[in-house]
Amino acid sequence: MFNSIAQIVVVTLMNLRNLPQRVGTSSVAVFGVACVVGVFIGVLSMASGFQRTMVSAGAEDVLIMMRAGATSEMSSGMGYDQTQLIANLPGVAKLDGKPLSSPELFVIVDIPMRTKDANANAPLRGVEPMAFAVRNSFKIIEGRNFEPGKNELIVGRGAQKQFANLSVGSVVKFGQTEWTVVGAFESGGGLAESELWCDAKILQNAYRRGNSYQIVRVKIEDKKALDTVKAAIAADPKFNLDVKRETDYLSEQSEPLSKFIKMVGYPLAFLMALGAIFGAVNTMYTSVSNRTREIATLRAIGFGSAPVAISTLVESLVLAVIGGVIGSVIVYLVFNGYTVSTLNFASFSQVVFDFAVTPDLLVQGVIFATAIGFIGGFFPAIRAARLPVATALREV
Amino acid sequence: MTALETQTLATDELLVQLKGIGKLYKKGKEQVKVLSNLDLDIRRGDFLALMGPSGSGKTTLLNLLGGLDKPSAGELKIGGQRLDQMSSSQLTKWRARHVGFIFQFYNLMPVLTAEKNVELPLLLTNLSSKQRKHHVAAALELVGLSNRAKHYPSELSGGQEQRVAIARALVSDPDLLLCDEPTGDLDRATADDILSLLQTLNQQQHKTIIMVTHDPRAADHARHILHMDKGALVNDGRVTDTGH
Repeated sequence: MFNSIAQIVVVTLMNLRNLPQRVGTSSVAVFGVACVVGVFIGVLSMASGFQRTMVSAGAEDVLIMMRAGATSEMSSGMGYDQTQLIANLPGVAKLDGKPLSSPELFVIVDIPMRTKDANANAPLRGVEPMAFAVRNSFKIIEGRNFEPGKNELIVGRGAQKQFANLSVGSVVKFGQTEWTVVGAFESGGGLAESELWCDAKILQNAYRRGNSYQIVRVKIEDKKALDTVKAAIAADPKFNLDVKRETDYLSEQSEPLSKFIKMVGYPLAFLMALGAIFGAVNTMYTSVSNRTREIATLRAIGFGSAPVAISTLVESLVLAVIGGVIGSVIVYLVFNGYTVSTLNFASFSQVVFDFAVTPDLLVQGVIFATAIGFIGGFFPAIRAARLPVATALREV
Repeated sequence: MTALETQTLATDELLVQLKGIGKLYKKGKEQVKVLSNLDLDIRRGDFLALMGPSGSGKTTLLNLLGGLDKPSAGELKIGGQRLDQMSSSQLTKWRARHVGFIFQFYNLMPVLTAEKNVELPLLLTNLSSKQRKHHVAAALELVGLSNRAKHYPSELSGGQEQRVAIARALVSDPDLLLCDEPTGDLDRATADDILSLLQTLNQQQHKTIIMVTHDPRAADHARHILHMDKGALVNDGRVTDTGH
């Protein structure tokens, strides 16, 4: 056993020390794997960044209430009376005696993009003062909050990056109404940062929505209070609502686009991986061919076929892992934190998110590279093991 | 069967016994006969030169003797063991214990120093690191290269490289040294040095050496010369005694 391991170690080290002599062919494999892993992680970091933005600011103890059957805020609607009944449901948390219940209105406005000559759908949310208490990580980072009753806007950090003319002090016109941007906010990196917020009453008037809202966000006393709230709603025929935890709702909302990104990304990475595998196979066959004399000599001396095969496989794995690490590092440096926006299929409005090259993705990338290296080195390793020694010695 | 008449040998024990050996190679759909019905006995301690034109089967015979290939027919016995009945992995282990190879182009590992090259066959044994070092030093001293132990092959002359290869072949104390054109890549003077070294190993260390060569002057260093042609021994396997 020790003998076999010693053989493997010696032959593998010798093989790896030979790599600089094969730098040309080796770099083809490294480059190929780096590209594949780059694309793989790039695509997944987009999906993970989007998902993180959508879901991260959600809370388990916050519920979203929509009209029954509505799939998103866009298709939901409810009157003022209903929002008041919701606020008084058992299980709803209170702050200074007032229910932590936030009726919200949601419209889409047309707004120019900052980086291209095109307009995009931006979400404009009308909120009441309780909206800030319901959200856990809301923070004004520039300027001030809007004053109720005034045509004032506060804008999310992401929206400010992606849409034009949203710096504090700017005046923007949506439809017939002019709005002054008075502040910018953060909300834990979540979806809200892609939005523009204003006073709900002003928004109702501007868009002739009467005294209606689309959803109500409520904070419950604890995570388990969901059942209490649901039971109360079910028991009262005046309610016609769907109730979801905020985390579940946001997760559902992010699913279509995440799936789409992965649906495009995985086949793309798979096709590129096939190319990289062929590159690795070619490199390793060349390596075996270049080492014919060495392999044949070792076999003649008495080294077994397994150490020779394993050394070839290890070389392939080493090259692939080097490629994987290079690809991962490049993607991390170039894309991590890179901000983009895209249309959220669920709300038909832009969602601004950062690429998130997470440690998990980096590990996945290296595992992917290892798989490419293994497949790419497998058949050349078998060829190395089966090299007919007598013939190979004659050829050199 | 032809037993080589070698009165000068230290022992009469037969090391190699070939009986009715044949070797066929497939070339496309055709079969090419490389060796046919070959009988040969070689005594322990002999130094035999195999000569003959290209394609006469010398190297094929050497490969069979070294366990690198298996005969298509006949019995091949070395040191009492039937090589023709061994599996590929058994032959690999047999090679590690019983045979040392010396090649025309030395076949040293370029990334290893001389001493590490020599140590390679010992990695297949159960010797400790200290024991291996001791054996390597002794082998390098025997070939006169103790002062080049730390040098890489690229830092050695052709003759020195072949000496390292000889030390590598010797280090595990094999029964048989097989040399395939060991001086084919060397100038005359260096070739003579190498051949003298082989002669010394045969005479003083009693190593059994079988050497394939085209060079009559090289063959003269052996005790006996055996000629081959078209896959068979010439003159019914009678040997030329060189007088060594």
